[in-house]
Amino acid sequence: MLRLAGLANAGSRRLPEWAVWLAGLIPLAWLVWLTFTGGLGVDPVRGIEHRLGKTGLWFLIGTLAIPPLRALTGVNLLRHRRAVGLLSFLYIALHLTAWIWLEMGLLWAQAIRDLARRPYLFFGITAFLLLLPLALTSNKAAIRGLGRNWRRLHLLVWPAAGLGVLHYLWQMKIVSAEGWIWAAILAALLIWRVIQPWIRTRRQKIRPGIRAESLSD
Amino acid sequence: RDYPASRHSTDEAPNSFEEITNYNNFYEFGWNKDDPARYAHALTTDPWAIEIGGLVDRPGSYDLADVLKGQVLEERICRFRCVEAWSMVIPWIGFELAGLLNRVGVQPGAKYVAFQTLLRPGEMPGQRGGGIDWPYVEGLRLDEAMNPLTILATGLYGEEMPKQNGAPIRLVVPWKYGFKSIKSIVRITLTAEQPPTTWQALQPREYGFYANVNPEVDHPRWSQATERRISSSLFAGRQETLMFNGYADEVAGLYAGMDLSVNY
Repeated sequence: MLRLAGLANAGSRRLPEWAVWLAGLIPLAWLVWLTFTGGLGVDPVRGIEHRLGKTGLWFLIGTLAIPPLRALTGVNLLRHRRAVGLLSFLYIALHLTAWIWLEMGLLWAQAIRDLARRPYLFFGITAFLLLLPLALTSNKAAIRGLGRNWRRLHLLVWPAAGLGVLHYLWQMKIVSAEGWIWAAILAALLIWRVIQPWIRTRRQKIRPGIRAESLSD
Repeated sequence: RDYPASRHSTDEAPNSFEEITNYNNFYEFGWNKDDPARYAHALTTDPWAIEIGGLVDRPGSYDLADVLKGQVLEERICRFRCVEAWSMVIPWIGFELAGLLNRVGVQPGAKYVAFQTLLRPGEMPGQRGGGIDWPYVEGLRLDEAMNPLTILATGLYGEEMPKQNGAPIRLVVPWKYGFKSIKSIVRITLTAEQPPTTWQALQPREYGFYANVNPEVDHPRWSQATERRISSSLFAGRQETLMFNGYADEVAGLYAGMDLSVNY
């Protein structure tokens, strides 16, 4: 297990950021291919919209899964978290564009009225607006400039992910099994995020004790 | 086969056979729009009988051929508006429900017609899962059922009804949201009381008994003011939804004096 993690980490360190971007754009290329070859079925608008949204959500949850992945398996992908996060934002922005353009047919008045009045649309647009400052500050200058506040600001990814999942569940006539799976994954990540600092401090307290015991043997 | 054209047909261009048969809400076969096209082939539709009962003079189990006896099948091109705010135009083959009801003899006390879809989990994978209390049931007020726009359809595009569209026989009520047009019917019951309907039982705040297409009464979670006509074009946009799906001249009178925001 540790050896595998070591190999993965060596690979991850050598992997340039552009390669992550390239891999992250495969779902988009696939979607474009499907669109032009009729692979999206009889309602391509819905297919485009849903695939973009879902891919955005996967990448968003992917960024949240990177720290627990390291803690649980030793695989460290932290240096690629920015690329994954920005990819997520790209798909979500395209999803919003597809909605306003293809789904709503640029009926701005109805679109804005619906955004304000429909909970699932409100959740979705709020998630996008929360992610917007995160995308804009995902660069070295902003990290330096914001200092400690950068970390605080980027905690917004949690409400954004929560609203994103709610948005996904709320638009279904009845919530599907897949919907519940994504809700459960997000809940597990959130629980881990909340209890993880506590586990870490407890471990640090226990370790000296263990050492002392083993010395006395 | 060619069928005589109905005077109730719209002159709008119908959606393609491919569109109509690959984009279906038929939860008995799964949650996705393409599940019915994928799984409905397993459905046995012959033999088929409809149990007609309740407040009728001649109750009994009517074989499909018997149900069709004496009815004139015609091609009727109808607008179809889903409660999810998409729409199609479909060239159904069918006959007026009133013809069948008159034949079995509606008794004076009857005020509603209840319908039931086949319950056969062995052939309908969606019925093996939870979420909906199977079998699917629907209902109409008797005057709605007797309206000439209400048909029982046995085919589309001149062919036998494809299984994913509700073979061998389904209801079509073109001025109501699509979920009222119950598929694969095995039971028709005339009742004095308003019968329960599946979506209303599931979400009474969102789906009412009447479910008339109405651009002024929104679904709690989305607007019903406009609709998206299913199309292969990416930029077809949206169109205004019409009161009673454009059939107001024929059916508005049925609801005179009713508050349609309460009776949604």
